[in-house]
Order: sequence, then C-alpha cells, then structure tokens
Amino acid sequence: MSTSGRITLEHGSGGALSRQLTEQLIYPILKSEAYGELADATSFEIPGRVYITTDTYVVDPPFFPGGDIGTLGVFGTCNDLAVCGARPRYLTMGLVLEEGFPTSDLKRVLESVRRAADRSRVRVISGDTKVVPSGKGGGIFMNTTGVGEALGPHLLSVKNIKSGDKVLISGPIGSHGLAILAAREGLKIAASLRSDCAPLFPLCEALYSLGKDLRFMRDATRGGAAAVLNEAVANNSECGLEILETAIPVPGTVAAASDLLGLNPMEIANEGVLIAVVAPTAADKAISLLRSLDTGREARQIGAVAGRYPGKVILETAVGGRRILDLPRGLLLPRIC
Amino acid sequence: MSRSQASTSLKQVLQDRRLAEPLLQEIEKTAAEISRTVRIMEVCGTHTVAIRRSGIHSLLPGNVLLLSGPGCPVCVTPTSYIDNALQLLEGTDAVVASFGDMLKVPGSDGRNLAGYMGGGRVRIVYSPAELLPMAGAISGPLVFLAIGFETTIPTVAAAFLQARRAGLSNLYLYTAFKTVPPALRALLSSPDRRLDGFLLPGHVSVIIGEKPYGFLEEPGGVPGVIAGFEPLDLLQGILAVLRQIARGEQRVENSYTRAVRPQGNPKAREIMDQVLDPVDALWRGFGEIQGSGLALNGEYREADAEPHFSLPPLYNLEPPGCACAQVLQGRFLPTECPLFGISCTPEAPIGPCMVSSEGTCAASFRYGEAVL
Repeated sequence: MSTSGRITLEHGSGGALSRQLTEQLIYPILKSEAYGELADATSFEIPGRVYITTDTYVVDPPFFPGGDIGTLGVFGTCNDLAVCGARPRYLTMGLVLEEGFPTSDLKRVLESVRRAADRSRVRVISGDTKVVPSGKGGGIFMNTTGVGEALGPHLLSVKNIKSGDKVLISGPIGSHGLAILAAREGLKIAASLRSDCAPLFPLCEALYSLGKDLRFMRDATRGGAAAVLNEAVANNSECGLEILETAIPVPGTVAAASDLLGLNPMEIANEGVLIAVVAPTAADKAISLLRSLDTGREARQIGAVAGRYPGKVILETAVGGRRILDLPRGLLLPRIC
Repeated sequence: MSRSQASTSLKQVLQDRRLAEPLLQEIEKTAAEISRTVRIMEVCGTHTVAIRRSGIHSLLPGNVLLLSGPGCPVCVTPTSYIDNALQLLEGTDAVVASFGDMLKVPGSDGRNLAGYMGGGRVRIVYSPAELLPMAGAISGPLVFLAIGFETTIPTVAAAFLQARRAGLSNLYLYTAFKTVPPALRALLSSPDRRLDGFLLPGHVSVIIGEKPYGFLEEPGGVPGVIAGFEPLDLLQGILAVLRQIARGEQRVENSYTRAVRPQGNPKAREIMDQVLDPVDALWRGFGEIQGSGLALNGEYREADAEPHFSLPPLYNLEPPGCACAQVLQGRFLPTECPLFGISCTPEAPIGPCMVSSEGTCAASFRYGEAVL
C-alpha cells in the first residue's frame, strides 16, 4: 500500500480499502502469531489473577519530542497495569483516523507501537480502525486496552498506607506536559524538553519484590504528582501526607518554563514517573532498587505519611512554610495524552 | 523544589530557607517587642496568592495576622457590572472581550458570561494587545470589559490608543478601572478599622512610585511598605512593617527596590493620563470611593461603552449570605463566611473572591489557612 497518500473515508468503510489498510499497512508492522486471522475476536490464555485496563489517547500534536501517540498508547496503558502490580501481556488497539491523515504518518505511529510493544514485551492482538470525515476528528485518536497477569498475591492499594510510611518518586517531573505544550504552541523556552514517556514495568517489578512493604504505586500522569499524592490519602480518615517541596526533582527548564507560564510543575502530566508508598524500613532498599534502573536514576524520598491531617496533603515549601497541596483545579492543559 | 541543573536562579535564592531564617528570627523578636496583636493588610491579590502558596502565613508569630485587602480587580467589580455586560450581549450586537477571570463571576440572577463563549460573542484576551487585531477582524462594535488597577490600566490605554491610530473606531471600553491609593484612604477612614499597617502592592508601585502613598504619613496613617512577591521579599516587607510599628513610625518605605523606582514609571502614567481622567467609582464591598476610578476623557469619551450603549448605572447588591464585602475589607477571614467551602467553591463560586485566581477565598480554599 502506498504511504504517500492520505486516509479516505473509504478506508474505514469495511470494504476493499479497509482490508487493504489492514493487510498492507497494519499487519506487516503489528501482526504476530496471536493476531487473529481477521476474525472478530482473538483468544489467549493467562493463568491466575488477570488485570485489565483501557485508556484513550488524543494527544495534540500526535508527534512530539520524545515520542508520539503510538509510544504513548503502549507505554501509557502498560504503565497503568504495571503500577497495579501486573505484568503487561496483551494489548488491543482501536484507531480513529480523520479523513486526510497522511498514510506515512500512520505508518510512523504503527512502527512506534511496534517498537514500544517489543520493549514492553506485550503483543497487540486485536484492533479496529474507523475513519471520521475531515474536520470531525483530531488527526488520529487511539484507544488501547491492556491485559496483564498479577506479579503475585499481594494487592497494592491506598488502603495499605499506614502512618510512618515513606513516599518516593521515581524521577524528575513536568517534562511530558511541557514538551507537548511547547510542540503545540511553539514555545521557545521549553523547546529543548523531551517527553519522559517510558515503560515503568521494570521499576514496578523491582518494587514489587519488597512484598507487603510496598503499599501503593501510581503513575503521575494527568493532574501530575499533586493528583496522585491527593488520591493516595483522599479517603483516609486517619492519615495525611507531608511532602517536602525541596525534595521534588524539577529540571531547570521545567521550573523556568512553568514559572513563566504560571503552571505548577506538580500539576503537570508525566508519562514515565511513578510515586510509591513503602514501609519506613523498606525506603532505602526501595530507592536503591529504583536507582539501579535507567528510568529510576533520580529516585528519591519526597515525604512521609503522617498520623494527622487526615485526607490532606501538606507541602512544606522551599522557604519552610506549610500549606495544603490541593488537587489541581480548573482546566488543565488539554489533550496532553 | 530542587533542580536537576546546577544553576541557581534569583527565584531560588529568594526562597532559600537559610536566608529566610535570620529574617524570621527578627520578625519573631520584633513581634515580641510589640506584644499585642498586629494586623497587616496585603493590598494586592498577587501578594495574597504568593503568601498562601509559599506558606508564609504559617511561619509568622501568633500575634502577627495577615489580612487580604481589596487588591483583586475581579473581586471589587460590582455584580451589576456583570449584569450590564450580559445586557450588552442580549440587547446589542456587540462582541464582548474580557480577561478570563471575569467570565465565571455570577451576575445578580446567577448567570455568567461564560455561557456565551460558544457563540463567539464573548472572547477571552490574555493581553490587551490582542484587542487591536480583534477589533480589526470584526465589523460590529467590540466592547472590552476594562477592569484592573494601575498595573493593567497603562497596557489597556496603550492598546486603545493604538486602535484609534489605526482608525478602528469600533473598539469601546466599558471602564471599571480602579486606583489603589483612594481605596487605602477609604480603609483608613473606616470607623471600625482593624489594621496596623499595609504591605503595598509591588506591581502597582512599579507604575505609580512612592509619592501617591504620601497620605499614609499624615495623622491617622499607618506604616506602608512596598514589597515584592518572592518569599524573602514578603518576609522583608513584613519585617519592615513590624519595625515601624515597634518604633511608632508611619512611613512609606520601599523594600522592593529592584523593581520599584521612587518616581514609578512616568511614561506609563503619561499614556494613562492621555486617555483617562479620575472619576468616582463603585467598589464591591466598599461602595463609592471618591476619585478611585478612571474613565475615558475628552474626544475619547465617544468610545465609552456606558453612555454609548446606554448601560444603567452600577449599584451594589450581594448574593444572600455572601461575605465577599467583609472579606475585601479585611473584617472577615474567608472561613468566617457561612458559604465558604459549602455552597461556594472554586467549581461553583457564588462570590467573586472565590472566582478569581487572585481572590482571597480561592487562595484560602486552595492552600488552606495556616497549617501548623
């Protein structure tokens, strides 16, 4: 199939061109032995407890420094499985293409999906493509559903969190959201930033080896670190979090750009950062486990669980003041993932 | 926050805890000398947010209270102004341009301007410079909801002049500009005033300089210190106010010398004076304050939206239970309002202090009262 052309409504009609798109563009890149022979469904076997999650990607622009919608579609969904204590195994992929979307761009996205899937050791085993008229879509939208197998019997949950536990972060925050914003709006100040989009499974697997000392993990995507920290204690009637502002790793460019744009780095989306709560005695071990892995090199402790301020996150600011770190409010940056 | 890169910015220095420590010790010492409760009002909304965001209020001795003043432009604009803006949309063919914060403020019947966003009749501007191309692109009248203090006014005046020079006669201003010094005077003359000093607004002072605050040094005045916005700026400003109180002084002092010159910015004031004249203005929470507003003058009066579109005069009427008036005057803490956090939240605000990102109630809701 020619990659110099553009997607037409006919590519989504279910007829000859649909088949051609699947057989000549999608299959050569993504087909595996598990991919159904254009059947309506695919089967697989996984023993024990199974996790499933779904996520839809509408990032604008679809190509950005550090990744594209394909990379995001694979890593994002696999990360959601990983932070729950699951090993990602299979993905489905639904595409909504806008009429006129360049076929060569679709090929690039599919190749990214393939690379990211190989890196994450997952297989794309089922898919669907629809086309919407020009002006009715955003170029390309993607949905991926991920299936994973439990790493073990221990269930991670905010309910495991106890007073005295430590709060860790796996790396520097803010670069994904700002890299997208810079690519979309042509912001020179953040032009050097790259998305941190990366698979978190290796970090999660390492932390899961701590057993019950690992209480809870979450990737800090939309709403950023502020949202995850609040989620961790939102329904806790006994504990709150105390977070040290100076401990949170913020790259210089992120700090400068957010300051100029009036954004709070703690509220900016990341695609390769997780926050974990661990038992106090396991904190040092957890940090060295994270630091031994590439995406966790800058891991550190940012705070602790306190037996006061139930349900609240208290931030100790750089100057030493204390205030509430609230959930992000108002319209955050749209179409960031 | 720690930065991965090695360079240390001025901003980092100005929130360095080690540098804050000696200032805090001095504040502690001076407050102990005063040995009574002192109330310092930060007049500027940007100060309110900066104080809350850095948690400065949690670091101060128990007898030093910070009160937020009437320094958020959206907050001091009467509800009836929103009603009139809605009337522009419903009774004329004008396109209305506004700063984003105004759109969510409810009018007297609860409706707001945001409801008209979809139809293209209401446009958000981030900078008044956008008014020129906007006016050029539409054939009918464009009315800008011209609110703001001395910080914003020169940029609106400059954009307005540019539009006139470009021959665009379809740009109208619905002026509800406010100037800070008359409001401070009104606060001082209030019979039951509860304030011992002012943290004077840094950005406004960049424009007006030190002189317009001179009345603070007259009998009945209080100490006034111009302060910047970073944590150390704020602590330095608070310390300067406390020292004056301890010594029984009442001077206008500039502790934000890296940005504010004694004479201010005469060029910016010239542009304001060219198109605007002082008028009496109605403040939400205060009522009418003599000479505290600015309206288009001379030949430019034809571009004043109020007479052109026959908009009715403004009046103050607060939503039932809303204590924005008391909050703006420093009489109530946000948490003393019966609606705070219950029926009035940032998602569904009733009063303007909860709407504006610079509003006292929004800052209090977001960052909390002093956390110890």
